[in-house]
Amino acid sequence: MLQINNLYTIAEDDHNKHILNGLNLNINPGEIHVIMGPNGSGKSTLANTILNNKRYIKTEGNIIFDGDDITNLSTDKIAKKGIFMSFQTPIEIPGITVAHYMKSLKESMTGEKANIYKLSKEVEENMAKLNMDKSYNSREFNAGFSGGEKKKMEMLQLLMINPKLAILDETDSGLDVDAIKTVKEGIKAYKNDTNALLIITHSMKILDGLDVDKVHVLIDGKIVDEGDITLAEKIDKEGYKEYNHED
Amino acid sequence: MKTRVEEIDTNIYELKSTNTTLKKSIGLSPDIIKEISKEKEEPEWVLDLRLKALDYFNKLDNPNWGPDLSMLNIDEIATYVKPKVDNKRTWEEVPDDIKNIFDKLGIPEDEKKSLAGVGAQFDSEVVYHNIQDSLTKQGVIYVNFDVAIKEYPELIKEYFTKAVPIMDHKYIALHYALFSGGSFVYIPKGVHVDFPLQSYFRLNEKGAGQFEHTLIIVDEGATLEFIEGCSAPGYNELNLHAGCVELFVKKNAKLTFNTIENWSRNMLNLNTKKCIVEENASIDWVMGSFGSKISMLYPMSILNGENASCSYTLISFAGNGQNLDTGLKVIHNAPNTKTIVDNRSISKDGGICTFRSNVHIGKKADNSKVSLSCSSLMLDSISKSDTILVNTIENESVEFSHEASVGKISDQVIFYLMSRGYSEEEAKGLIVRGFAEPIAKNFPVEYAVEMNRLINMELEGTIG
Repeated sequence: MLQINNLYTIAEDDHNKHILNGLNLNINPGEIHVIMGPNGSGKSTLANTILNNKRYIKTEGNIIFDGDDITNLSTDKIAKKGIFMSFQTPIEIPGITVAHYMKSLKESMTGEKANIYKLSKEVEENMAKLNMDKSYNSREFNAGFSGGEKKKMEMLQLLMINPKLAILDETDSGLDVDAIKTVKEGIKAYKNDTNALLIITHSMKILDGLDVDKVHVLIDGKIVDEGDITLAEKIDKEGYKEYNHED
Repeated sequence: MKTRVEEIDTNIYELKSTNTTLKKSIGLSPDIIKEISKEKEEPEWVLDLRLKALDYFNKLDNPNWGPDLSMLNIDEIATYVKPKVDNKRTWEEVPDDIKNIFDKLGIPEDEKKSLAGVGAQFDSEVVYHNIQDSLTKQGVIYVNFDVAIKEYPELIKEYFTKAVPIMDHKYIALHYALFSGGSFVYIPKGVHVDFPLQSYFRLNEKGAGQFEHTLIIVDEGATLEFIEGCSAPGYNELNLHAGCVELFVKKNAKLTFNTIENWSRNMLNLNTKKCIVEENASIDWVMGSFGSKISMLYPMSILNGENASCSYTLISFAGNGQNLDTGLKVIHNAPNTKTIVDNRSISKDGGICTFRSNVHIGKKADNSKVSLSCSSLMLDSISKSDTILVNTIENESVEFSHEASVGKISDQVIFYLMSRGYSEEEAKGLIVRGFAEPIAKNFPVEYAVEMNRLINMELEGTIG
């Protein structure tokens, strides 16, 4: 489904250093992959690079999704091909209600006018899966939301878009136990045998109970180790010392 | 957003009616003014006032602040354009090519749906005026201003030029020399007009000026909502709009004054608006400025009575080549008076938005309150936005609060929305609509729709 081949990137504002350093990754339909790594190892850069954030420039390598080269495709087209990314710090849009946002989201994704009745039913159903109250509909999108509430909105959009591949960029960071539970419920509601998940995380909390296929360890922009869930458990206890890293 | 944009018929702003002009005067001289006055069969005192105003216009200088107006040559402006039609009371009587334009702008339809009365001005003259009979029976007056001079001379003499004196500034002097058309509204004591009255101003002739005078008196305990809409087709010649609005809100009365202005990009919009507010009365200004090449527009409220209040809900959107210099002026003259301001400006493609606020709190204005909030949004790095505040406070017991924010749409915001399938333009559109929403929701429904449409058109670059 997703194939990343020998990818090198630099930051738009610092051309001297490669952040991703010859990265390879292969994700098949139905799989759950986990990327772990210390701060500054390039975890978020990886997520941003897949979605072609202009802040990062690819200098070598390519990204293939469903057989198409998406290396230089614009972000909205990548999203429409079926890749979703959940943000660490989602934006706020004052003046636009959640209901209005969901309608325009659906219309942007499909390129068609949304049927209001069907749409509001779909939003409500997905809100219920995440234990969200309907009253969110009339609030302004993320404006004044707590960190946990913003992550709920990310999960709600994940369910509304229902992408082929979802990338969760440290969706669990800074969340309390309840909010992590919500994220897990979101993952559970989303995941099926045909779609895939790439979880970028610092900790084990979010992985607990998930059927993880592969754990990758990212150090200095390169995958240096791979294994099953036991690798994640080991890192959770011992950190990255083994890879000559303090964090 | 895509689907909405496709619904827009931009042609209505490009409609030009030809062969509609009966009479046209170019330039400015005592003779031209005498001719206009004669054409209107005005009383002597009105002609005297016009000639005095012309004197002031010639003596006064252009303002030494704000946008540069030196490109304006009054000798090239058509100062009086009489369309081939007299004031009509039924829509059917209005000639087809003029009717067509107002039809496309949705004016008669709006009247049927939700308005208490409608006036429509084409170039210098009002071509249509109508008001619901039930209001006439209650003593409500809504007529063409030229008609009011003849039919209600006492009211006119009592109020005309009393809010805005003829020597206030150069372009108000020009206005008084050339004023033509506009509306006169009188709401008797205690009468509540449930639906808005609307005046629509259309400047059709190229290189022309429009100088309508609007005078509204809301008598004690009465309420009124008034809407004015302005538009013009795009020409290469410079057009000039120097209208004047005088508002009087009496004790316990309430007036809401809505303006949605979409002049074409060849327009100099130098409009003057003032409201005198008495005890316990209020004026609410709601204003959307989208068009024009240069606008200088600072509605003024004079809070003369105890507990008088004013509010300003303003939005301006300046695109390429536009310099929108807007704001407000308030004088607090009495105790417990209140001002609330929410201004939002959007600039794009090198457009300039300047917001000026000039609030004066006099010695008598004990316990007055002022709350100013202004935010601006720039859609790129070549656009400009300025806030200029000049406040004088002569009373110690005043609560004065001010919030300002200047924003750009960050790359991160665009990236987030693009990752949700929005194109870059759609992403900007969503942010701008959210930014404008607190203002849009203050407009009457039809106008809120119109405003969203104008915002979309601005974003698409389809006007001008």
